[in-house]
Amino acid sequence: MSKQLITIATEIRKGIVETVYRKQQGHLGGPLSVTDILTALYFHEMKVDPKNPGWEERDRFILSKGHSGIAQYVTLAKKGYFPEEELLTFDDLGTRLQAHPDMTKLPCLDFSTGSLGQGLSAGVGMAIAAKRLDKNFYTYVVIGDGESQEGQIWEAVNIAQKYNLDNLIGILDLNGLQQFGWTVSDEEQSEDKRVRRAPEQRALEKWQGFGWQTFEVDGHNFNQLLSALQSARTDKNGLPKMIIAHTVKGKGVSFMENQYEWHSKSPTNKEYEQAMDELNSILLSFKSKQRQNTSIEVKPS
Amino acid sequence: MTTTIGKVESMRSVFGKKLAEITQSDSMVVTLDGDLGNSTRLATIEKEVPEAFYQMGIAEQNMICVAAGMASVGLQPWVCSFATFLTKRTYDQLVVSIDQTMANVKLCGAYSGLLTSNTGKTHHSLDDIGLMTMLPNMTVIAPGDANETRAAMEAMYNYNGPVYIRLTRAEDIPNFTTDQSFTIGQGKVLEEGTDVAIITTGSMTYQVIKAVKILKNKGLSLYVLHLPTLKPIDSEAIIKAAKQTNYVFTVEEHYIRGGLGSIVAELLSEEYPTTVIRIGVQNEYSECGKNESLLDKHGLTPEKISGRIISKVYN
Repeated sequence: MSKQLITIATEIRKGIVETVYRKQQGHLGGPLSVTDILTALYFHEMKVDPKNPGWEERDRFILSKGHSGIAQYVTLAKKGYFPEEELLTFDDLGTRLQAHPDMTKLPCLDFSTGSLGQGLSAGVGMAIAAKRLDKNFYTYVVIGDGESQEGQIWEAVNIAQKYNLDNLIGILDLNGLQQFGWTVSDEEQSEDKRVRRAPEQRALEKWQGFGWQTFEVDGHNFNQLLSALQSARTDKNGLPKMIIAHTVKGKGVSFMENQYEWHSKSPTNKEYEQAMDELNSILLSFKSKQRQNTSIEVKPS
Repeated sequence: MTTTIGKVESMRSVFGKKLAEITQSDSMVVTLDGDLGNSTRLATIEKEVPEAFYQMGIAEQNMICVAAGMASVGLQPWVCSFATFLTKRTYDQLVVSIDQTMANVKLCGAYSGLLTSNTGKTHHSLDDIGLMTMLPNMTVIAPGDANETRAAMEAMYNYNGPVYIRLTRAEDIPNFTTDQSFTIGQGKVLEEGTDVAIITTGSMTYQVIKAVKILKNKGLSLYVLHLPTLKPIDSEAIIKAAKQTNYVFTVEEHYIRGGLGSIVAELLSEEYPTTVIRIGVQNEYSECGKNESLLDKHGLTPEKISGRIISKVYN
């Protein structure tokens, strides 16, 4: 049985909103911007087995922007790593689903994150280890554009290039916003005074300049994401890969989109209902489109 | 037990040789350098086992997390840099990527303390015992001589979890330990006496052995406890030393705050309340100078150590 990635991603978004609403804590903006990337990775790209999470040959995944952990948890639950009911323990004392991913509590996580800028370096270590041990797995690392302000990212970039890590695939979730960020100039100021920006500019040139092979995609377009991931995996040219994915913070819920305040804010009853209505209508409209044309095939999970 | 003094072996040279042996015998062991291998002697591995040597450049934060990533796939990385950069410059990385994940990474802090080849306060590491013993999952070792370094490294290799080893660059310490094996967490009683207990660690134990000769001539009966492991600490040995004597002194090439002196004072205040006199670097920054001058300035020569003890006991 095959499922449509858009359906899965929308279900994951519903799970994210539902969990944060029910627990009245957690992040929303970043998790919603990274959802399609996680869906593409876990439901199409990566060689993983939910029944055998410790499988040595599995592809490795690091969510370096660890504050989007809830998006990874919902994705893992949908993939079958643990029952979806466990999502309701998110952020509770004693939970395996810590606010930021903790590999010592949840064994299906390949690395712990939460302090920004460290995950790409760990990915470099995994990729070097794979080469040393003659293993064919790939290491995927998702970083944020705000996170890229950390200098350590650029330390890792140099070493990945030095050691020809073409088995390391980074994805930049470039949503243009961060927790607080900077005010924008008068000329840039939109009608909405709440807009603030992350300063990431010319990401493509930066990554190219450091000797990485780059791809630039719409991070909410599965055709583009899958095509870039496939090229990144198959180009064995000695270059580490970075997929610059342009995304929208809060994607899928109109009043959260591009609003920095929704970085970490819990919805009210009314906001929750509206968000779920919007996500349900995406599901409905997609189902009607699906009747007309089915183009994206997904590997059986 | 009377301490016998053997031949002088450089701690860093033994470090390089022993690590080369380990990497040769086990392909899962790798080494990471922060561009200081020719000083720390990690260069021995580049020369003898080049496939186990990874140059990470002058970028310590990345180096720490690369090691953690390697460990998560089953390798055993040994990371080496100057102690001050390896600990302070990467502290958040040590916490989040190494200690919180309990990564099987061995951290080697070369050039610890004051004796760093006359490079001054930016290169002195006088707070690393405090920083590293603060970490819940970390084991902290400071061997006293080259022989003990060799044995401690074997124990580190066989231990699964993060370990920090604090090494000195001083090259005039003769072997005074003879054990071929090292038990993590176990102290060593070097002298058993009844007047004064001196508790020491790392590079200062040899200075204390020399101070003891001076003190014996003054008619004092000394109890010397060498603690090559600072975490987990040998509480029993410390309490025993305090119970058997009238005074407890600690000596370390480290700030008196946060290091061995603090550990001993904290433990005894709860378990066997005793006045603890901490000998070490006071609340100040160091400067450049020859080894002998630096030790003298900070009260860490055998003469200064014995003088401090005499003035307390006979005052």
